[in-house]
Amino acid sequence: MYRYDEFDHAFVAERVEQFRGQVARRVAGELTEDEFKPLRLMNGLYLQLHAYMLRVAIPYGTLSAKQMRKLAHIARTYDRGYGHFTTRQNIQYNWPRLEDVPAILNELASVEMHAIQTSGNCIRNTTADPLAGVAADEIDDPRVYAEIIRQWSTLHPEFSFLPRKFKIAVTGSPNDRAVTRGHDIGLRMHRDLAGNPGFEVMVGGGQGRTPIMAKTIRNFLPVDHLLSYLEAVLRVYNQLGRRDNIYKARIKILVQSEGTDTFAQMVEAEWQAIKDNALDLPKEERDRIKAYFGPPGYDDLAGDCPELNLALDLSLAANPRFAAWVEANVQDHKQPGYAIATISLKPHGGIPGDASADQMDAVAALSEKFSFGEIRVSYKQNLILPDVPKLGLLALWRALDGLDLATANAGRISDIIACPGLDYCNLANARSIPIAQRISERFTDLAREKDIGEISLNISGCINACAHHHVANIGVLGVNKGGTEYYQVTLGGVADENARVGAIIGPAFDEWQIAGAVEDIVDVYLRQRQTNEKFIETYQRVGPQPFKEKLYGTDRARQAS
Amino acid sequence: MTIIRDKTKSQNSNSQNFTQAVTANRLTDGYVVYLTDRDSWSERIADCQIVDDRSAADDLLQRATDQAADDLVVGPYLFKVATEGGRTIPIGQREILRTTGPSVGTDLNLA
Repeated sequence: MYRYDEFDHAFVAERVEQFRGQVARRVAGELTEDEFKPLRLMNGLYLQLHAYMLRVAIPYGTLSAKQMRKLAHIARTYDRGYGHFTTRQNIQYNWPRLEDVPAILNELASVEMHAIQTSGNCIRNTTADPLAGVAADEIDDPRVYAEIIRQWSTLHPEFSFLPRKFKIAVTGSPNDRAVTRGHDIGLRMHRDLAGNPGFEVMVGGGQGRTPIMAKTIRNFLPVDHLLSYLEAVLRVYNQLGRRDNIYKARIKILVQSEGTDTFAQMVEAEWQAIKDNALDLPKEERDRIKAYFGPPGYDDLAGDCPELNLALDLSLAANPRFAAWVEANVQDHKQPGYAIATISLKPHGGIPGDASADQMDAVAALSEKFSFGEIRVSYKQNLILPDVPKLGLLALWRALDGLDLATANAGRISDIIACPGLDYCNLANARSIPIAQRISERFTDLAREKDIGEISLNISGCINACAHHHVANIGVLGVNKGGTEYYQVTLGGVADENARVGAIIGPAFDEWQIAGAVEDIVDVYLRQRQTNEKFIETYQRVGPQPFKEKLYGTDRARQAS
Repeated sequence: MTIIRDKTKSQNSNSQNFTQAVTANRLTDGYVVYLTDRDSWSERIADCQIVDDRSAADDLLQRATDQAADDLVVGPYLFKVATEGGRTIPIGQREILRTTGPSVGTDLNLA
């Protein structure tokens, strides 16, 4: 894992002391709320519906056991004993007291973490493939480049007051597990004909009220030019992005209004003027950062694999619940004899993404026992142990089962992404969490979940789309009509390398109808599907009409068409 | 709690049933508080001062704004309430949740 250098330590410590002084001045009445608000937001501190909320960055979704224990300690000491993992690889605390926040930030700094740039119109926490470094299809570890971007973008003087917030996602694989097309800049790694790694640069993606998938403005950017090219994109946006209208301030609107080709030409012109300078990334510097992300001390298990697989097969045969968990939550690892284990934070009827302090401590301990002390946080609001020896899977599962962390539902219908919604969020129009709970409670039968198979269901409590409902196979958007919550359904969204925005299926449902509507959608899929067809494949083949007819009846479906 | 739907179009409507109170978030912890008739802030909606005409509402909000300027609270605003059987009930889901806390989870140990 990356370790702070002297500069990192110094600036984070300085920032903690700076914010301590700002809080003291605010409480003493020396700063008004208007003066204080931008300062607290720069440190990730929001004022939400019921209390302050602190958003802490987990760079590229990688945590050490020590860091996870610190997150648990903060939850227990300064909050209400839990934290909420988000779609942007952050953790949010819902109940910190203002005067405690400097102490929390100091605690975070002690484990090389912070909340800087988790809010405000700046470059936010750069996210990455949660399977970085362990995925079999990976060209290069995206965390190396996400860390380089973190260093470049942190407190970048030119980009601290952008027209609007700015999000970057990186994947080192052709298979996109970081929703790169849903970001202001998405970087997806490819190789050129000579085998050199480089990035496809996609710009202008985003969800919110105007969902747009990012457009490719450069098919292949050699990795040594990464920062100069990003700087060119940001500079064009910073100069031309609209600051007069918050709803038109994101880069996606600029790319749309200028046209992708014109925007690409502007970036190219800027890049030609600034490339080949101090922002170049020589191989030595890339290798220096890469050394932090080297593989852990794997045992050479290649020769043992037949025996390992036999032992695992025997365990699977003897324990159907374990077998179900392995099938849903365990993925192949690039290292022979090892596996990638998803720890579901989606117990049936639970709150998606929430983990108690005790669970966080337990996961930290399990990571040390089974996964070299490393934990990943996925945008799907789950945790991942990336380096588990296959022979340890049974013991790991038993331990997780005792912690209510072994739900066998990764990638299934109850693996619901949900934002905090109106239960916590000041911007929300409707609740998300109770809807997720009600839906997941309808799919507690693991055999039924397995039969339904791979599917994504995301629920956002407002048009800001923090739960990525636009790119879910089944998207649910909470809206407010006359003070009452309703839920609009979209179908057909995709979040991978073929990302696309779903389409509204028809009139919204009330809070008591929406779970039944989701069941109806699933029933249509099960009746319509052909052999081995996933939900999205069936939807793309048959289109929305059968779903509309089931949801609204033949007559209303015709009207909704 | 009974959900009373908001059927009026404007918070500042001059309708006959114009009853409002003022809420804000407390500076030190962000908790939801209500302005009382003693110019103090209470976590209990039952303690809030209710007004039933625009002039009184303007006065109430001004008092709250003065309190905010003294740095006791953040973001005071008027919201609609109803009274039922002597109980003060916020109107609309957002204000109901602000009054009762999140409708989910095990973290509802509100004072």
